[in-house]
Amino acid sequence: MAITKFFNEMTADDGSVRAHYAGYAKWLNDTPADRIERKRAEADALFHRYGITFAVYGEESGTERLIPFDIIPRIIPAKEWKSLEAGLRQRVKALNTFIHDIYHDQEILKAGHIPADQVLKNAQYRPEMQGVNVPCDIYAHIAGVDVVRAGAGEFYVLEDNLRVPSGVSYMLEDRRMMMRLFPELFARHRVAPVEHYPDMLLHTLRSVAPVGVADPTVVVMTPGAYNSAYFEHAFLAQQMGVELVEGQDLFVEDDQVFMRTTQGPRRVDVIYRRVDDDFLDPQAFRKDSMIGVPGLLKAYRAGRVTLSNAIGTGVADDKSIYPYVPEMIRFYLGEEPILNNVPTYMCRKPEDLAYTLAHLPELVVKEVHGAGGYGMLVGPASTKEQIESFRKHLEANPDKYISQPTLALSNCPTFVENGIAPRHLDLRPFVLSGTEIQMVPGGLTRVALREGSLVVNSSQGGGTKDTWVLEA
Amino acid sequence: MLSRTADHLFWMARYMERAENTARILDVTYRLSLLPQNGEDVEPMWAGMLKIMELQDTFLAKHPRHTTEAVLEFMIFDKDNPGSIYRCLRATRENAHAVRGTLTSELWETSNETWLKIRDLTAAKLWENGPGAFFEWVKYRSHLSRGVTIGTMLQDESLRFIRLGTFLERADNTARILEVKYLNLLPGSDEDASHATDYYQWSALLQSVSAFEVYRKVYRDQITPLRVAELLILRADMPRSLARSMKEVYSNLTRVSNARSAETERLAGELESHLRFGRIERIFEVGFRNYLEDFRDRIFDLGCRISEDFLIPTRA
Repeated sequence: MAITKFFNEMTADDGSVRAHYAGYAKWLNDTPADRIERKRAEADALFHRYGITFAVYGEESGTERLIPFDIIPRIIPAKEWKSLEAGLRQRVKALNTFIHDIYHDQEILKAGHIPADQVLKNAQYRPEMQGVNVPCDIYAHIAGVDVVRAGAGEFYVLEDNLRVPSGVSYMLEDRRMMMRLFPELFARHRVAPVEHYPDMLLHTLRSVAPVGVADPTVVVMTPGAYNSAYFEHAFLAQQMGVELVEGQDLFVEDDQVFMRTTQGPRRVDVIYRRVDDDFLDPQAFRKDSMIGVPGLLKAYRAGRVTLSNAIGTGVADDKSIYPYVPEMIRFYLGEEPILNNVPTYMCRKPEDLAYTLAHLPELVVKEVHGAGGYGMLVGPASTKEQIESFRKHLEANPDKYISQPTLALSNCPTFVENGIAPRHLDLRPFVLSGTEIQMVPGGLTRVALREGSLVVNSSQGGGTKDTWVLEA
Repeated sequence: MLSRTADHLFWMARYMERAENTARILDVTYRLSLLPQNGEDVEPMWAGMLKIMELQDTFLAKHPRHTTEAVLEFMIFDKDNPGSIYRCLRATRENAHAVRGTLTSELWETSNETWLKIRDLTAAKLWENGPGAFFEWVKYRSHLSRGVTIGTMLQDESLRFIRLGTFLERADNTARILEVKYLNLLPGSDEDASHATDYYQWSALLQSVSAFEVYRKVYRDQITPLRVAELLILRADMPRSLARSMKEVYSNLTRVSNARSAETERLAGELESHLRFGRIERIFEVGFRNYLEDFRDRIFDLGCRISEDFLIPTRA
């Protein structure tokens, strides 16, 4: 692996501590090691007791694990956040406009900016949504955009998650934990608050209720207690004070959705669903879905209920569409993109495939429809055998893959087995879109705990850090 | 509230209560088994207990003899025994997990912590500290969970369904505890419990439902089987009695009343008023075993009706 210089969030190249980390670095230096050790153990015990866990697929069913929490925060100065936020708003606005366009007049396809096949033959494109109007023309009410810092410190968007992005509960719980463990740090720093996220989310969901519903009933819909993100579903429902429902709790009558309550059926107007499109309605999508609601699509198309996010948003966050997002921003908003896209080779194009095959050891290759860090190759971190075996998959199914240069992700000091060492990280801010676009400052910082690893997904052994946007 | 949520709350409370009462039954039987006079008789005693808990067959499928060790380990740890304390606490936690958003965080954490502890308990540790300490722990966790429930939950429907579960289960369990004891005690016993053995048996029974001091306070007299039965069946001021349990069942039920629950409420009210206006002499005339069995059948029926009316309703 080539020796690369990584951008360190805490220290500059000359070894001096960056200004926004000065206070924290001093605190860390002054705090006795045994106190920190005690606090770290306390954090572990508390997370266990709170049951803040996620279920791991592919292991014995019901296995619950903690997501490792690191006590060194990721700090972002207010000025940097301001430009990040502007870039995220711009991007999500363009993406929502794109989805609306695709399911209506398809101007962007007619103008030839994106090959129509790329969109209309995409498995994530839902013909059922063609011509359907949704409140405020917003499709992705909740977006979790993955951002990394690379090279000399510039931000890149890695992925726009517009289906059912998760992780916001860890953002909130990490903050709660930090404040509980180290209240003194918050007395010394002006950390922008994030605790009002559930309020903002509820406001967003209510704002996109079907037209004419004055006091909408909002629910969170979960696949059930064994889903990997169940903790988050329960947490958000509780924080918003709304019911957490499963498919079996809902039914549709005369295109209206009801939930079964102890006092009889009750109307439901907005469903924040944490269930994938495919499983939402066995009458419309996968017939074997046990977690959906028969007739839901029909009620939805009739405009009697809002699904959040809308059906068919996957057409905009697919890795094969990702390369076109800068073009969308220019086309719909007439603006230059504020955030960078990572240069992407689409292996369905012969010249891009040839390039990819020739440069596998330097590239990251991802499945177009993959998620969660499964089914990807990180060239520089892989053995010859792994690369050769991946090459076969790639040659057999080039359409399934894209490749990107391996970014030199920034790193941040992190507690590891032998003390503190730099580990790579990313950032997932959450962008809420309803009658307006809103965000809490920061987001979820994920950190790859294995030395040298660039994969931060919790399913691949990643951890999290509290994220501070520091007001000057 | 969602019917499914109410269902989970109801069962969460039932399993916690069941864990506690199982610990109580085991505790009293274990203590009786230690009495020197019972050296020969411990196996029938355990067998009788398992029979009344309807776990005799499950037990015999695995164990040839009713030794104290075998029964206790079966009733505490056995993952295949649906009535083991392990399984009850796991079910409590699973039900709580399914509605954790409806519970206060304190209540959820209490249940989760209880589960984490029993999950890590081994037989070696149990015998090292003695079963008594373990039974105390289970009771303590149940007290804690009830206290946290009352101390932190909003007094809305969710609390009503939790309380319904608690008292319906308690009504059933207290009846079973009485059956276990009367099974062992009644043959050949005369009215008073003045024999030393009888005295210990009755006082152990009273202690198992935290009623020993209460008995002394209420009756200020010797312990007699008739009065023990009266205290645990008819005295509504005795927190674990059938009368108290039914009073709570009825009042919680009327507060969640819906369009189809009228008959269920009537049946609960009928059972409650029988206890309120009943006389213990009359119950003994009818036959004690019959009375308790009939009572448990009615409790079972009420449980089914509550399910149908509120918890697993069919459409509309």
